[in-house]
Amino acid sequence: MTDSLPKPAGKAQGKFDHIFYVLRANPVTMIAFGMFGLLMISAIFGPSLVPFDPLQTNASNALQPPSWEHWFGTDNVGRDVFSRVIVATRLDLSISVAAVALSFVVGSVLGCIAGYWGGWPDIILNRFLDTIMAFPLFVLAMGIVAALGNTIENIIYATAIINMPFYARLVRAEVNIRRDAGFARAAKLAGNSDMRVLAFHIFPNTLPPMMVQVSLNLGWAILNAAGLSFIGLGVSPPTAEWGIMVAEGANFIVSGEWWLAVFPGLWLMIAVFTFNLLGDGLRDIVDPRKRT
Amino acid sequence: MLTSSPRLRSVVLRVAQSIPVVVGVVIISFLLTRALPGDPAVYFAGITADAESIEQTRVAMGLDKPLTQQFFIYVGDLLQGDLGQSLSSGRSVAEDLAKRLPASLELTLTALLLAIAIAVPLGVLAATRPGTWVDHLCRVVVTAGVSLPTFFTGILLIYIFYYLLGIAPSPLGRLDFIYLDPDHVTGFYLIDAALMGDWETWRGAAKQLFLPATTLALFTLAPVARMTRASMLTALSSDFIRTARAAGLSSRTVLFRYAFRNALLPVVTTLGMVFSFALGANVLVEKVFAWPGIGSYAVDALVVSDYAAVQGFVLAMALLFVALNLVIDLLYTAIDPRIGFSSK
Repeated sequence: MTDSLPKPAGKAQGKFDHIFYVLRANPVTMIAFGMFGLLMISAIFGPSLVPFDPLQTNASNALQPPSWEHWFGTDNVGRDVFSRVIVATRLDLSISVAAVALSFVVGSVLGCIAGYWGGWPDIILNRFLDTIMAFPLFVLAMGIVAALGNTIENIIYATAIINMPFYARLVRAEVNIRRDAGFARAAKLAGNSDMRVLAFHIFPNTLPPMMVQVSLNLGWAILNAAGLSFIGLGVSPPTAEWGIMVAEGANFIVSGEWWLAVFPGLWLMIAVFTFNLLGDGLRDIVDPRKRT
Repeated sequence: MLTSSPRLRSVVLRVAQSIPVVVGVVIISFLLTRALPGDPAVYFAGITADAESIEQTRVAMGLDKPLTQQFFIYVGDLLQGDLGQSLSSGRSVAEDLAKRLPASLELTLTALLLAIAIAVPLGVLAATRPGTWVDHLCRVVVTAGVSLPTFFTGILLIYIFYYLLGIAPSPLGRLDFIYLDPDHVTGFYLIDAALMGDWETWRGAAKQLFLPATTLALFTLAPVARMTRASMLTALSSDFIRTARAAGLSSRTVLFRYAFRNALLPVVTTLGMVFSFALGANVLVEKVFAWPGIGSYAVDALVVSDYAAVQGFVLAMALLFVALNLVIDLLYTAIDPRIGFSSK
């Protein structure tokens, strides 16, 4: 796929042509954008679109296999699995988006400081990041949630902390190589303060690789948050969330009621898959050389 | 091999480098034990504690002393192997962890060996035959592998192999109750049973191990295959390969002696990251398969708010991970063809 690409279109045709060109050459990215749209729709409008109330129990209709009325069947207390899966999209995406946004901001600030000024803040930051990375990341997240308390906010903080090193390192590297670049010196000579040069001249250059990182990271953040709620952290039972739904469904898998666990798991997988594909696609647009 | 001085020096240097990391890990895990919301003494005294026993716990744990002094007490305890007392089991956390660690290690290492045994040949084949079905298979495996939640894969495998096909044993623990546990030598059931010559038990343990190890392997396979393919492509397109080909070396020699050996280096480096994922995913897999390792121990402890057990687990995992990274880096210096190449 990558080897058979014809010669790229001329530079003069502009950035959008390039984006469309890359997208056309890689239909998978187009599909990923489509799936991303669907996820967004179910996150925003999901609760008003679903046929049943996700919390409405109905004991007489429990553990029904998938049918026309209940597309994904019903769970052990008669709730509609399809409605729950769709409604859960908002919570799962919110957790991961909040976590990634937090690590983006904190990582950018720390990375900018370390990359631009160097010296002891740089040394301390690097030591600190090394220490975080010295933990198996999911295990560290477990420890953080256990220490801070078992709430959804703390799931977000824990996921943000374990993702932060990737952003800080990326920004640090990108800022560092541009610290003494011609345009940065020119901006400095023109009378801009260090903060201004950093914020408006150097930092925007880190955004393209950061966007790729965000997209790849979102998938991982969703997996991570769902994993934490699978082991019983953060989200508490009646709430519809993919990880906890898989955990609840796991009890019924050995007796053959597969739809309880499989559909939320499948949706989780699709969401992660979408963000991974998007990340790869964005990388093709931003940096065609890094394709693997 | 280790006597050649550049190699020895890099080994010593690498071991020295892991010391500040261990210090950092200990500091963070200390902060985690003291970061409990409210009063840690209330948690550690237990739910039924009254004001007096809370005060007793506070003094017993040294929580009334300043934070720096608490830290040194904590380090002193750690040096004696004391990780505190588990509320749920009533034994010391270190004892519990030591008893359960072999189960986790057996699972993780089997899964990693399985993953490497599949991923490395797959990556090499994909790199040497770009555009063929092997290449496409590799791409699908790599993208799907990182998107699969391990707990979901595990449940799916249980459904297919236990419920539908009936060929896997019930996903409960390391050994079916009809077998006796093998004598404790290494704690690895497969090795212990083999040492006893009890192949019946060995088969039983292998059967139990197969599904969880496959689940974990599917997850860790992706990064290894991806890296092998990418670094093999880089190695194959480099100048020294062209020179080797031009010099008329057989394609076998070029591929394995020159390309593969150089391509292996980045793969070994990624193993560190893979271990991080594997140890994290291990917790989820143990929970799914009721595997009696340290991961499921921590999950059970989390449910009943047994914080000493959880923090002990986090620290143990971190130290294990630091040790694994050290081994990986030492392995790296051992296989790096540029160090001590002339002696070959």
